[in-house]
Amino acid sequence: MEKDFEPNILVFACNWCSYAGMDLAGTSRLQYPHNLKVIRVMCSGRINPVHILEAFANGADGVLVTGCHPGDCHYISGNYKTRRRIMLLERLLEQFGVEKERLRLEWVSASEGERFANIAKEFVEQIRKLGPNRIAEKLRKEVAVV
Amino acid sequence: MSKPKLAIIPGANCAGCDYSLLDLGEKIIDVLIATEIAYWPTAADLKLEDLEKLPDGSIDIVLFEGAVNNDETEEMAKLARKKAKNLIAFGACACFGGIPGLANVASRDSILQKAYIKSLSTVNQQGIVPYKITKVDGGELTVPELLETVKSLDQVVKVDYYLPGCPPPLKLTADALVAALSGKLPPKGTVFGSMKSVCDDCKRIRENKRITEIKRYHQIVPDAEKCLLEQGIVCMGPATRGGCDAICPTVNIPCRGCMGPTSESRDQGARMLSALSSVIGLEGEAGVSDEDVRKLVLQIKDPLGTFYRYTLPKSIMRRVWGVRE
Repeated sequence: MEKDFEPNILVFACNWCSYAGMDLAGTSRLQYPHNLKVIRVMCSGRINPVHILEAFANGADGVLVTGCHPGDCHYISGNYKTRRRIMLLERLLEQFGVEKERLRLEWVSASEGERFANIAKEFVEQIRKLGPNRIAEKLRKEVAVV
Repeated sequence: MSKPKLAIIPGANCAGCDYSLLDLGEKIIDVLIATEIAYWPTAADLKLEDLEKLPDGSIDIVLFEGAVNNDETEEMAKLARKKAKNLIAFGACACFGGIPGLANVASRDSILQKAYIKSLSTVNQQGIVPYKITKVDGGELTVPELLETVKSLDQVVKVDYYLPGCPPPLKLTADALVAALSGKLPPKGTVFGSMKSVCDDCKRIRENKRITEIKRYHQIVPDAEKCLLEQGIVCMGPATRGGCDAICPTVNIPCRGCMGPTSESRDQGARMLSALSSVIGLEGEAGVSDEDVRKLVLQIKDPLGTFYRYTLPKSIMRRVWGVRE
């Protein structure tokens, strides 16, 4: 484990369930690590694989995608698409040489503030064990400025 | 008035783009009459010195074909830029790295090892691997040295226009040449091709069906009328720029993506991953376990090689990061 390594984690949260769940964690004064940077999206189905690839190419150590539980999607089927996408993306990331453990998909409902806080703690620890994502650094070296 | 000058400069290419020009048929004579060939190793007896002697920026149209994969092609790319008034990335390799760009799945050393030592068909008892400089009796021999990462032309020099395809569809090549020769070139940075996807040009019937099984091309005889993707074959149409009149799907061959990403996306593989994830799926998904979903999507054996067949060097990740032997 690297010393002084603070994971830099990007979280995508769907507007209807997960973001509200995070809000609940906050209003319930539950503590969770400060390593998370949250981006609210209308639906987890909105998250394009480009967003996640860009995150890893720009130095995110982990990406956490959260959405409504199966059957609860505000737009009926957005979270199913997300599930398929993330699973295929995990395989693609592995092929690119990014540990698939850096990407995680979790269902968090609006009432699951505590669950979110626990997931956050767990994920940060997991990434801490994996160590920093070095791809951004290597990419910067490779990319010639034209 | 002197004729406009035309040069076709090769990088890491197969010369397929060159040959596609022959498909112009008799019209190629019009091109030859209208222009003065400044450099075209496949067709004209001009040497590199002849190209180097020309004043900078004096060649009106330079078509650069092939990716940039070693120090020689890198020099050629820089020379092409120096001499060109309008530099056109000609073909998928120049535009996105193309097939040679798939070398980015492995390191340079492992490629050399595989090609010269480890492959089963290689007989190389002395274990000779080409180095940049080799000492022989009477002096030194040099060969171009592979770059660690294959690049597209615009990752080395500034590119004015893009003419994608493997090879570029003749109609688009003709459009570009006519535009350049008549001085009516579109704004710089234009990609010759359609603003839409291959699917928009494809005549096959789509029924918005879910696919529950991915099939490889040799496993079925596809229906000639229906969408290939909906028959379970991975067709890159939704993620690929149109302009080729969907010639491959028309003859029952799935699109392989040689026209590169559509005008709206910058990463063809991510776009395809998205599109594919939207059309595959099992019935009653709320009750389907994660494991079953994973099994379904992992029927796609090699997402990287399939989705980025022509565009790996231009993708967001650019290459595989990590050791792969």
